[in-house]
Amino acid sequence: MNRLLEDILVLDFSQFLSGPSAGLRLADMGARVIKIEKEGTGDICRQLYVSDVKLEDGESTIFHAINRNKESYCVDVKDEASLAKIKKLITKADVMLHNFRPGVMKRLGLDYETVKELNPSIVYGEISGYGEEGEWKALPGQDLLVQAVSGLTYLSGSLHHQPMPMGVAVADILAGTHLVQGALAAILSRLNTGEGSLVQVSMFESLLDFQFEVLTCFLNDGNEMPVRNAVNGAHAYIAAPYGIYKTADGFIAIAMAPIPVLAKLLNEAALSNYNDPNDWFNKRDEIKELLSKIFLIKLRSIGCVLWSLSIFGVPMFMTTINCLQAKDIKY
Amino acid sequence: MKLPLEGVLVLEFAQYLSGPCAGLRLADLGARVIKIEHPEKGEAGRKLSIKNLWLDDSSLLFNTINRNKESFAADMNNAEDMETLRRLIARAHVLIHNFRPGVMEKRMLDYESVKAINPSIVYTQISGYGSKGPWAKKPGQDLLVQALSGLAFTTGSYEDNPTPLGLGIGDYLCGNQAVQFILAALIRSRKNGKGTLLELSLLESLIDLQFEFFTTYFASGKMPERAHHHNAHSLLSAPYGIYKTSDGFIAIAMMSLQQLNKMMESQVLTQFSEGDVFSKRDEIKVVIADLLLHHPNDFWIQKAQIFDLWIMPVLNWKQMKTSKGYQVLEMEQEIASSKGGKKITTTRCPIRINNKKLYAGKAAPALNEHTQQIKQSLL
Repeated sequence: MNRLLEDILVLDFSQFLSGPSAGLRLADMGARVIKIEKEGTGDICRQLYVSDVKLEDGESTIFHAINRNKESYCVDVKDEASLAKIKKLITKADVMLHNFRPGVMKRLGLDYETVKELNPSIVYGEISGYGEEGEWKALPGQDLLVQAVSGLTYLSGSLHHQPMPMGVAVADILAGTHLVQGALAAILSRLNTGEGSLVQVSMFESLLDFQFEVLTCFLNDGNEMPVRNAVNGAHAYIAAPYGIYKTADGFIAIAMAPIPVLAKLLNEAALSNYNDPNDWFNKRDEIKELLSKIFLIKLRSIGCVLWSLSIFGVPMFMTTINCLQAKDIKY
Repeated sequence: MKLPLEGVLVLEFAQYLSGPCAGLRLADLGARVIKIEHPEKGEAGRKLSIKNLWLDDSSLLFNTINRNKESFAADMNNAEDMETLRRLIARAHVLIHNFRPGVMEKRMLDYESVKAINPSIVYTQISGYGSKGPWAKKPGQDLLVQALSGLAFTTGSYEDNPTPLGLGIGDYLCGNQAVQFILAALIRSRKNGKGTLLELSLLESLIDLQFEFFTTYFASGKMPERAHHHNAHSLLSAPYGIYKTSDGFIAIAMMSLQQLNKMMESQVLTQFSEGDVFSKRDEIKVVIADLLLHHPNDFWIQKAQIFDLWIMPVLNWKQMKTSKGYQVLEMEQEIASSKGGKKITTTRCPIRINNKKLYAGKAAPALNEHTQQIKQSLL
């Protein structure tokens, strides 16, 4: 099979995760991706963004996860001969990516306006933390920090928790995902017009888009704040029983299910007081409190996976929870 | 401004979030996106509301996900409607569906059948767990896929139950990845006329989301462990996390303890070396947490800015909405319902093209709103 992007050349000046994850996806789809790295130190991800698991060459597993399937070209951007070579590469490239703070590429003479002169058909993609304008533009656009200012930390966990970040670098990964969308749309448009484009994404706007459903709710309900569940929080806007529960020997996840059906299934009279669907939202905490006590005693989850039980004709979504090493669980 | 995907025709046989959020992004980038809906029931998402908020006959949620699209009513059990659909498929560039495996096959709208009608089409199917294996027909629901993918062990701290991410990340990410591959397939199709079958699943998307964790796990054989205190990323060392101050919360990203101590000026902190940041992660975090409680957010943020440290305040939506950093983005847009009158506010596309923010004020369609018009203009 010929790969989707097999004749596309990408120069990736970006570091860390957001930009490089975009380069990774383009490489996955068949593009040739060349990382342009600073001579001596390279992508700062090689040193700064590390786990405590090192590979044989001393480099972090994280760097290798993000940068497989790419090539590396080192350059000293302060050296004119070196810069001239980069500019020559730029004339041959289809896509160029970077995620420096606003202003840095301009100082290097590699901003879109300059690059466009060299190669009018190039698609120039950039990721910033907070956009190109305004008083936050020069602040560090780092995943946890962008999660912090976006309100995202008030959506996960339960009411008693502090603001809780998502434990995966969602701002980086989603900004990278959106950049690939914009860059490929621009390549498609270039097939019609021959002209390149500037494509810009910020991690902040990406996290706002990620929250678009619940943020739209907030913007139209008189700015009511999300209230996380008191018990087993899984989604601030969804009714009981939605959540992950501890059982006698593990955990199970339950998505949407009518409470009366659960009452019959579990043979629990206390649950049958909640027949009005409005209560499943309004009294979700007491229902979930009740359920967590019942599950802890009654349910053994390992080896007993409850999948979409169509009991009494109503589909219910339940599953045991998996972890990376769930070797005891048979499916 | 001409949008990059003008001229691209997308048929969306999808419901709820994963498929429809892919359609939304394609529409924002200029594609014409037609939802194929049952003439009476419509897309199931029309009846799914959060906080009981509605606009006309459909939920606010549906209106959020499906703005800027058209609605074409067709009953897939009706032979005449099916013939119309086949003619529509012949004109389309992209087809997206997120039915469980087997459903489109039964309708004779599986890839092979569709390819026979339109060889260059980009046929995109989104499932929960892929089309093979013991989970293939299981409900591809976001929380369940989070549970099965290990994702719930990334968030919260060590003593917490496995904690899901509080948004439909599986649906959202899978839909967004579908857009990436659809566009790449369209590029190839434009060059050589070939169509493509794209298969995505929520489970694979959530495994991809955790690629740093899996790679580290495969290399070490050790499960990543959430920090006991202030966990924010289980692979990272102290001080990475969110901490309480005397009047709020701040987030501290990766930095050396020595850098952090420029701001903290603590004797206790100097007793730890850089070699301790993983092995004494929790001990160090507790020390930092105690120190931060002594002063308010502003005090710490000012210091952080003086030393250019990677620290930001933690904001809720109300605080965010009043911040200049949010307002300057002009992220909100107003949309009038298709029946006129009522307006809602929602967010715009997060991608800017040639310095332009992409707004699209067109409301979500009423069920069947564009059927006649589409028949006249396309068939």
